[in-house]
Amino acid sequence: MKNINYDIALTHILTRKKQTLVAALGVTIGVAIYLFMNSLGSGFNKYGTAEIFKNNAHIKIYKKDETSSVLSSDKSTLNVIVNPQVTTLSKTIINPQSLLNTVRKEPYITNAIEVVDVSVFYNKGKTQLKGTSDGVNMVEYAQMYNTSAYMLAGDVKNLKQNLNGIIIGKGIAEKFSLNMDDNITVTSSYGVSKVLKVVGIFSMGNSLTDDSKSFMNISTAQQFLKEGSSYVTTIYANTVNSDNSTQYAQKLQALTPYTVEDWKTSNADILSSDVTRKTLMTSISLSILLVAAFGIYNILSATITQKINDIAILKALGFKGKDVIRIFITEAVIMGIIGNFLGLCFGGALIYVLSHIQLSGTNSTFPIYFEAKLFAQSFLLGLIITICAGYFPAKKAANVDPVSIFRK
Amino acid sequence: MDNKELVLSTNNLGKYFYEPSKFKVLNDISIQAYKGEFLTLVGKSGSGKSTLLYCLSTMDTDYDGELHILGNKITGKKPDELAAIRNRHIGFVFQFHYLLPEFTCLKNIMIPALKLGTYSYKEIEEKAYQKLEALGLKDLALKQASKLSGGQQQRVSIARALINDPAIIMCDEPTGNLDSKNTQIVYDIFKQLSHETHQTIIAVTHDNDFAKASDRTIELEDGHITNHRKLLFD
Ligand SMILES: Nc1ncnc2c1ncn2[C@@H]1O[C@H](COP(=O)(O)OP(=O)(O)OP(=O)(O)O)[C@@H](O)[C@H]1O
Ligand SMILES: [Mg+2]
Repeated sequence: MKNINYDIALTHILTRKKQTLVAALGVTIGVAIYLFMNSLGSGFNKYGTAEIFKNNAHIKIYKKDETSSVLSSDKSTLNVIVNPQVTTLSKTIINPQSLLNTVRKEPYITNAIEVVDVSVFYNKGKTQLKGTSDGVNMVEYAQMYNTSAYMLAGDVKNLKQNLNGIIIGKGIAEKFSLNMDDNITVTSSYGVSKVLKVVGIFSMGNSLTDDSKSFMNISTAQQFLKEGSSYVTTIYANTVNSDNSTQYAQKLQALTPYTVEDWKTSNADILSSDVTRKTLMTSISLSILLVAAFGIYNILSATITQKINDIAILKALGFKGKDVIRIFITEAVIMGIIGNFLGLCFGGALIYVLSHIQLSGTNSTFPIYFEAKLFAQSFLLGLIITICAGYFPAKKAANVDPVSIFRK
Repeated sequence: MDNKELVLSTNNLGKYFYEPSKFKVLNDISIQAYKGEFLTLVGKSGSGKSTLLYCLSTMDTDYDGELHILGNKITGKKPDELAAIRNRHIGFVFQFHYLLPEFTCLKNIMIPALKLGTYSYKEIEEKAYQKLEALGLKDLALKQASKLSGGQQQRVSIARALINDPAIIMCDEPTGNLDSKNTQIVYDIFKQLSHETHQTIIAVTHDNDFAKASDRTIELEDGHITNHRKLLFD
């Protein structure tokens, strides 16, 4: 059955199309900008996280440097002069295979690998370049980091077939003008020097990495460190959900005496700038939405001032305060829904356009995506704000005293 | 006239206005209105007729004394309860027409019934047409209220007051805007409502003939009742 309150609200809306549209357009702009900015923020965050995961695992397990401590803490008898120093003799994880198996058995771990990292110098003629090299099982590593996507030349499988192979960053290749199958001399700080063959070239789109990083087989890396085949510096593990990595790290920490660190801890600086950006964008877009709400508030207030006679009549005829509130909230909701709908279309169009714009210097586009969650969030927020904006004028209308109007 | 059914009564009703200075606009008003009675309220301009009617209508609650309608004490009830009582039991015709301008005449008449919600939309529409016809307004049914003359609006608002078949119909100058022919129509309708369907009419009027023709007249002067019986004019 048709409710008379909605009927009246609809008539008000239809007889005041222009004001309705103006109020709705305010919401349109607010919602569009809110949706757009939040999608952009979320896109940037995703992009940033993806950047991080190009060479960071969700969780890393390693042996932390230990610092010497005072042997006797009995201060009453002796004054001890100490010179705290790093006492770690070897960075190796003892029995890495068993730890790796333990980690892999955890239900939330998707994959885990062992890594031997080496500080190296790349040499050609007299030029020398400092860098790091990861001794890895390249196939497993590529699975974890999706390295295949970043290969410019060669294949990640090449490394396994060639014990003296190396996969180098694009920056190194360019500086030494190296191509596939060329040789490069690599030395370690332990004085080991080897001539390795370039079996692949990658680019992560990040010059810091591209200019210094390389991959080699685990055994090669162990030789550079003059260590045996059980020497492993780090275990990297990915989890089912990177957002929960802190929890998972805590669980893993209970299983091993080595340091377990999740990516959020390792990248706290980047993440904190993410949070700053997100806060900034959210507050800007929220204030725009609030301005839009103020438009609704204004127009509804004006309507109520103009319709004060009608409100008095309705109350005289037996409409209750809550009926009057319902009438004007309905009007706000109609304005809000029209504005919201247009706003989502408009914001969606902006997202579409931007997501097709190429980012300069790369072959990728702006990191902005259609996220259903953000659409729903914008709609809900837009609606809640319009309802709140409608409530105050509606409340005022509900309190109109008909007698005082009729006496005028 | 002993076994007449009391529909509305006041008990020492008094009211003050505080602007510009405190004065008593209604003073110890005790009146009774019975079922099927056509009652008129007369008095000089400024004597307090409209003020009294607003108190009787339950819209003004700021008074001393007590008001009873259909055996219930109205004084002290909550605004929502009063709204429901007005909707169900009281029909209004205001001093200045007061229709909702964006709606058609038909819709204006239907609104109190749609609010009450006892009948279906179709039934209410049918009933609204009947009321319009009774007041000679059938041709105006689908016309927008803002496009009517003053007298037409006044008659439409009478039709609206009748839609819920209220026990009491209150009018402030119901014929103020009408010519003698239409005044006669309204008079006949009120007579019929009171005597045939036994509804109580309380009408404020300046029209002596109209008052004379009613069942009983109450005269106000400076907030007092000066005459309670059937008056003789001229
Ligand atoms: N809101 C108000 N504040 C102060 N005084 C008021 C107010 N409304 C009415 N009055 C005064 O109360 C008195 C009664 O007013 P009321 O409107 O009831 O008179 P009335 O009998 O209906 O007159 P009329 O025949 O001209 O309609 C008048 O003196 C008027 O000036
Ligand atoms: Mg008056």
